[in-house]
Amino acid sequence: MATVRIPPVLRPSVGGVKEVAADGDNVGAVLRALTDQHPATQSQIFAEGGELNRYVNVYLNDEDVRVLGGLDTEVGSDDVLVILPAMAGG
Amino acid sequence: MSPSGAEFIRQIKSQIAQVDPGEVHETLSSSGNGSGPIALIDVRESEEVERGLIPGAKHVPRGHLESRIEGAVPDRSQRVVLYCASGNRSALAAKTLEELGYENVQSMTGGYTLWKDRGYKVEVPKVLTPEQRERYSRHMLVPEIGPEGQQKMLDAKVLLLGAGGLGSPTALYLAAGGIGTIGIVDDDVVDLSNLQRQVIHTTDRIGTPKVDSAEEAMKAINPDVDVVKYETRLDASNIMEIIAGYDVIVDGVDNFPTRYLLNDASVRLKIPVVSASILGFDGQLSVFAPYEGPCYRCLYPVPPPAELAPSCGANGVLGVLPGTMGLLQATEVIKLITGAGEPLIGRLLLYEALGATFTELKVRRDPECAICSREPDEISDEELGVFPDYEAFCAAAG
Repeated sequence: MATVRIPPVLRPSVGGVKEVAADGDNVGAVLRALTDQHPATQSQIFAEGGELNRYVNVYLNDEDVRVLGGLDTEVGSDDVLVILPAMAGG
Repeated sequence: MSPSGAEFIRQIKSQIAQVDPGEVHETLSSSGNGSGPIALIDVRESEEVERGLIPGAKHVPRGHLESRIEGAVPDRSQRVVLYCASGNRSALAAKTLEELGYENVQSMTGGYTLWKDRGYKVEVPKVLTPEQRERYSRHMLVPEIGPEGQQKMLDAKVLLLGAGGLGSPTALYLAAGGIGTIGIVDDDVVDLSNLQRQVIHTTDRIGTPKVDSAEEAMKAINPDVDVVKYETRLDASNIMEIIAGYDVIVDGVDNFPTRYLLNDASVRLKIPVVSASILGFDGQLSVFAPYEGPCYRCLYPVPPPAELAPSCGANGVLGVLPGTMGLLQATEVIKLITGAGEPLIGRLLLYEALGATFTELKVRRDPECAICSREPDEISDEELGVFPDYEAFCAAAG
């Protein structure tokens, strides 16, 4: 199972944890497994059409999935997905 | 019988390569300003260099050659031309460099004296005062900074957006380190609840404008620093005027509208921004160098909605965290100014304090970026900092 790193703003939606294990062959499947486990994250990650919200960056290990294959990017069981929203605190 | 000093130097000169000042002048002129294909090293003593040196030369006194040359010329295959006053000390230094494994070393015949007699250009370097040499002595000892890097810092103008959590440590250390001009933009006054993390302010300055409080603290550390205060809030009407002329901008603001506004204006003026943000136990850091790397909008094309935009309301943060992130910002500022190291351009550093982890992510330029995919003069005043309905989001979030 891949590991999904949860940013601070989404942690209340996943019971406060920093990481969630989720199964799937590609980025979309892993994220859907996450939203199935934690439905409160659904609207924060996916837009109504099923694509990623534009304000949510998702990285496969250290690379933005937008420059890989998007939601179709293959994911291995040792991979880490990082969900990253912008923060503005200073 | 041991050779005389003169005989010894003659022997050394026969063993090393020498080059005429005319050829060095021609090579430097054809490669434009700076050293280009030649690493030009002045091996004279500091007092001699203070009276004048060849433009583009780096000063590595012969007495420190072995310990400092790697900082000045890391690549042993690069062509190195050494000069002194007349060509004797540089010949000895050339021999030393060959023994250190430098492959292409020459000593300039006739040295600085002949160069100057031929009418080639020289310059008188700005000289640190004895008090500055003492104050910045630990920078002098670091090859990546040294007197040249310190002078660059003293000549630099850095603008801090916000004298709050991130701005406090950044301001203190940049002032201590000798950044010559530090501008601060903040329209707030010091509040008791700031003092858990905004270490530039003090209990007895509660109620004082933050720019005044910050100036007092910086001047107390280092009277060398020229502090320029902007007791105002950045907006589209004043940003171009305020940020123009600064070499580096440090973004520590607490809201998205200003971050986007700053990005757009800094891209237009091609000023690099060292950006950090914090929340809870998490921090983010990157350097946005316009047209060299991605900009803020390449990383975050649109801001998150209010429920995911914690900057809108009051949020908690570990008091130490802005210290950690602010000092990483200060470090990047000094790297940009001195040219030392690899700046955090095209990379985003995440720090998670509870797990004590650092994560580095790649940030790419977006060829379709709304701002930096276009030329600076194509970005209009009306577009600066624009994004839809943000004021409404923030108002809804309280």
